[in-house]
Parts: sequence; C-alpha cells; structure tokens
Amino acid sequence: MRIHFKTDYNQDIRIFEDRWTFGVYASLLALAFAMPWIADAFYLGELTNVLIWAVAGLGLMILTGHTGQASLGHAAFLALGCYSYTLLIEAGLPFLLAFPLSGLITGVVGTTIMLPALRLRGIYLAIATMAISILADDIIVLTEPWTGGVSGKFVDPIALFGLQIDRWGTPVAFYYLVLVVTVLVTLGYVNVLRAPLGRAFVAVRDSEVSAQAMGVNIVKTKMMSFALSCAVTGLAGALMGMFSGTFNNETFSVIISVQLLMMIVIGGLGSIHGAFFGAIVIGFLPQFLSIAKEWVGGGAVAIPGLEFGVFGMILMAFILFEPAGIFGRWLKIRTWLELFPFYRKDMFKRKKSFLKTERLQ
Amino acid sequence: MNLLELRNVTLKFGGVTAVNNLSFSVQKGEVYALVGPNGAGKSTVFNLISRFYKPFAGSIQFDGHDLLQEKPADVAALGVARTFQNNELFEHSTVLQNLLIGRHRHRNTNFLSEVFFTPNARKQELQNRHMVEEIIDFLDLQPYRDKMIAGLPYGVRKVVELGRALATGPNILLLDEPASGLSVEETTDMRWWIDDIRRQMGITVLMVEHDMGLVSNVSDRVLALADGAKLSEGTPAHVQSDPAVIEAYLGGAA
Repeated sequence: MRIHFKTDYNQDIRIFEDRWTFGVYASLLALAFAMPWIADAFYLGELTNVLIWAVAGLGLMILTGHTGQASLGHAAFLALGCYSYTLLIEAGLPFLLAFPLSGLITGVVGTTIMLPALRLRGIYLAIATMAISILADDIIVLTEPWTGGVSGKFVDPIALFGLQIDRWGTPVAFYYLVLVVTVLVTLGYVNVLRAPLGRAFVAVRDSEVSAQAMGVNIVKTKMMSFALSCAVTGLAGALMGMFSGTFNNETFSVIISVQLLMMIVIGGLGSIHGAFFGAIVIGFLPQFLSIAKEWVGGGAVAIPGLEFGVFGMILMAFILFEPAGIFGRWLKIRTWLELFPFYRKDMFKRKKSFLKTERLQ
Repeated sequence: MNLLELRNVTLKFGGVTAVNNLSFSVQKGEVYALVGPNGAGKSTVFNLISRFYKPFAGSIQFDGHDLLQEKPADVAALGVARTFQNNELFEHSTVLQNLLIGRHRHRNTNFLSEVFFTPNARKQELQNRHMVEEIIDFLDLQPYRDKMIAGLPYGVRKVVELGRALATGPNILLLDEPASGLSVEETTDMRWWIDDIRRQMGITVLMVEHDMGLVSNVSDRVLALADGAKLSEGTPAHVQSDPAVIEAYLGGAA
C-alpha cells in the first residue's frame, strides 16, 4: 500500500498522484505507441476502432457521466461531425483545419439544437435526444445534394505533412493519428475536471438546488457540457468516417446512440477510465463472440442479434451487480490487492444512505 | 445599516398563504434568528431570499441590490450563502471537493484556460485550496478531508454544509436549522462556530432554529413567525416571554 505524505497543494492538483501512477500511464502510452510492432494489421485496425469509440465515449461521458444528463442522441452528433468534416475537406480545407472545425461546428450546432431540451431532465431528456437521433437519419436523406443521402459518401485519404493517411493503405499512420487525438482529448478532459468547470458539472449532476446556492449557473453549465460533449463526439464522428471510408444515412442510426450509452454505463459512469473500458468491451465483443462461436463448433452459423443480445445481458448484469461499472469494480480489486491480508468483508458493501424524503423529519 | 431588508413580502401556494405581508430587516454584523412552530414559513423565507421562490408581492433588498431582479445563481454570486435543512451536499464527491465548489463564485478563469490548465488556472486552484484549508482548520474537518460524503455521519455532513457555505466567502450566511439532528456536544460546537463566524469573520448570520437554547445564546435579535406572519420581534428574552409567542407554541388559555 502506498502512503502519500502531502506537503504541497500541487500534489492534489497534478494529474498523476505519484511517480508510480505516472509510470503506469507512461508505460501504457509506450505500449500503445509500440502496438504497430506487436499487433498485426487486423488487430491494429480493431484497436483503432476501440480508440475512436473511446473518444466518442469521452464525449458522452462529459454529458452523462459528469453532468448527469442522459442522451440517446449522440449518434446524430457523430453524423454531424462526420459529414461536416467530409464537406470541409471537399471544400478544399486542409486536414489540420477541417478536423478541429468539424468538432467546433458539431459543438455549436449541437448546443443550438439542444437549447430547447435544456429544461428537460431524466427520461424526458433521453426521449427528446432520441428524437434528434431518429430525425438525423431523415435529415441526411433529405439533404441529399450535400450528404449523398442513401447512396452515401466517400471520404478522401487524409493529407497531412505530405503524407497520405488512410485506414487501409497506411493503417499504422492512421492508428497514430487516432492515438494522438485520443491522448489530447483525454488530457483536455482531465484538465477540465480539476478546474472549476468540471466541479460545476459534478455539482449540477449531484444537486441542482445546491449548485445554484453556490452560484453555479445551471443553464450555462449545462450548455457548456452539451457544447463540449457534442464537440468531442463530433471529432469522434469525423474519425469514424475516416475509419470506415464510406458512410450513409444508416451508419449513424439510433442503435449507435444506444450502444454508446450502454458502453459508458458498462465502463463506469463518471470516470474517464470508464469510457476506455467500455470501448474495449464494445470493440472486442464481436471478435470474442466469433471466436467463442468457433470454439463451440458453430462458426458458420449466423445468429442474428447475437451481439446485441450478449451486450444487453452484460449491461443487465452490470446494473444488477456492479452499478459502478468495470472501473468501479477495478477500484475495488485494486484496494483489495493493496490491503491484501487486511481486507474486511463488508468494506465495499453498498452503504444505505438516507433518501431525501426520509431525512425530512 | 440594513444589509438585508424584506418589505411586505407575500407568497401563496394555491390557497395557502405561506408568507403573509412579512417585513423585517437584518443589520450588518448581527445574528438574526427566525423561530416559529412547524409550517410557520421560516424555510420559505430562506427560499424567497435565495430566489427559489418568487413572491407575489413585496420587495427584497440586499446590500443595495433588488434580489427580485436576480436569478438564484446570481443571488449567490452577490454573497448570499446558505445551508439547507436536510443537507444538500454533493454526495459522490469528497469533503474537499464539496468545499471547493463553494469557491465557484470567485472563478476568474475561462473555459480555454481550464482546458489547457494554464499557470493562471493553477494559481487560482492553489488559492482556492488555501481558502478551503482555512475553513477545514476552522471547522476541524481534517479527518474527513478526503472522505466521500456518502459515508459520513449526519453531524459531520451538517458541518461540511456550513463549511461549503463559508467557502463562498459570503456577506450574509443563511443557516437553515444548523443544530437539527445534532447531539448536545455538536450543538455546543455549532454555537461557538456561529459566534466566531460573526466576530472573527465579520459575516452577518440569518438563521432558522428550533433549539431555543442555541437561539438565545448566539442571536442579537429574534423574529417569531406563525402562519407566515410576524408575531413578535426583539431580543431573545423579549420574544420568549411574549404572550403571543407562548400562545402560538402552547395554545391559548382554555
């Protein structure tokens, strides 16, 4: 067990609490950079996919995990990011301009669309955002001259520093591009969380009344959360477009929204790690299932809906047995290991806290 | 000098008149207590001041500002801090994080400097932490600094709420039943803290409290309410011996 003897407030502000933690994340990053030498092209592609989903998960995590606003509409923002990126590239903008702009556009447009929904909360917000996701499909078809409608669109390889980067031709370069974006987004996220804005998000999530009494402007904070969430999701959408190379109105269906929300719940709501754990589950589940099918001898049999069925069951199991998600479980395992012989049986028993109504008198 | 002034404030919920033509003023630097039986409208007065409710009639002035023109978050930004009767802490955060949220109204960084965590943002965080640590010292919260609220006993939560309100660096502190649910020792602590808040920090206190012992120990003036209207106002001793107050609490002579 590591004991921290704190002598400076900066120790609580810095990103890594000690050298050990820094070492763990540094070696993780080194491993990620060494991946092209370790994994073959197929698994590198899968890993790229996982990272893109993680970025999308981070986008939704800002809104749902940290500000407590459920959204079933994020597929629409993925689409918005993807199409705006493609249109900007077609307009002749360089990648380094078009990519951040696609995030900015998604942030601004997303927040504008969500303005009327700001007053909604809980299930009603989920329904309103779901409507946006369903509408997005029709809007893409209706605006065919720009979006290509049902027949879809192709995105050109990325031209960056004289290189032609594309997912099939140069998988390694594309992987590095996605990795850099992921690291940058994660760092920005960590920074927001340790600053007043991140605390305001959490305050709005835990008690709006109290947040207001502390001088947090609820509407502004929610708008900021929507803007950041949509912008990051837009970036992920642009990456998804580059990854698949071709997309149409059905690529970003409402199912993707549901999948994204399920992903962050399984990973662990309210933590950056959760987005990554969830992305690993969602990214590798299809491979795992096909391997498992082969193993039981049914490799050639097509089972429609198997993936979603298994995914749904995993989700139910988590809600029933570990609402804190994979990251929550990992924290418990880590504490158990650190304390090893001194672990007590009831340590992680969920404490029954008073309901607000029970506390009234 | 009047810091807070309510004039002819009326609030109705449907047919129920929760606050009826109430006027009172709180002077700078005093401890002013609201007492009264359950349902007298004490907490409603607090919610009116922090603008969670909008009165039907009347005016609320604070330090030269018309509070009826402000939104709840802006009232807090003017330096009106409050606690809640039933503890409204941020359950899934530590005590330290709860207190740091109190510093929100002093935020002087913008979104971009926070995303890049510029030296300016760090400087502000260090400053916030310094202010919060002083409150932790003042309220003896050191053992709980990194504990989650969800696991804390009720008495400690009440103190954390007081600390969070103090962290905002308020001009006036509205305490909604600071001693409810506290043990005798904890109530005594609360008494000395309220005294120190007024004397050392120079913060005006407006509180709702049922514990008459605490009220008569710390407050300069007391206002007794019944059915949303003023019953009696004056020193604690005066209010406690007022026949109208005794009647409201114990019922009239048969």
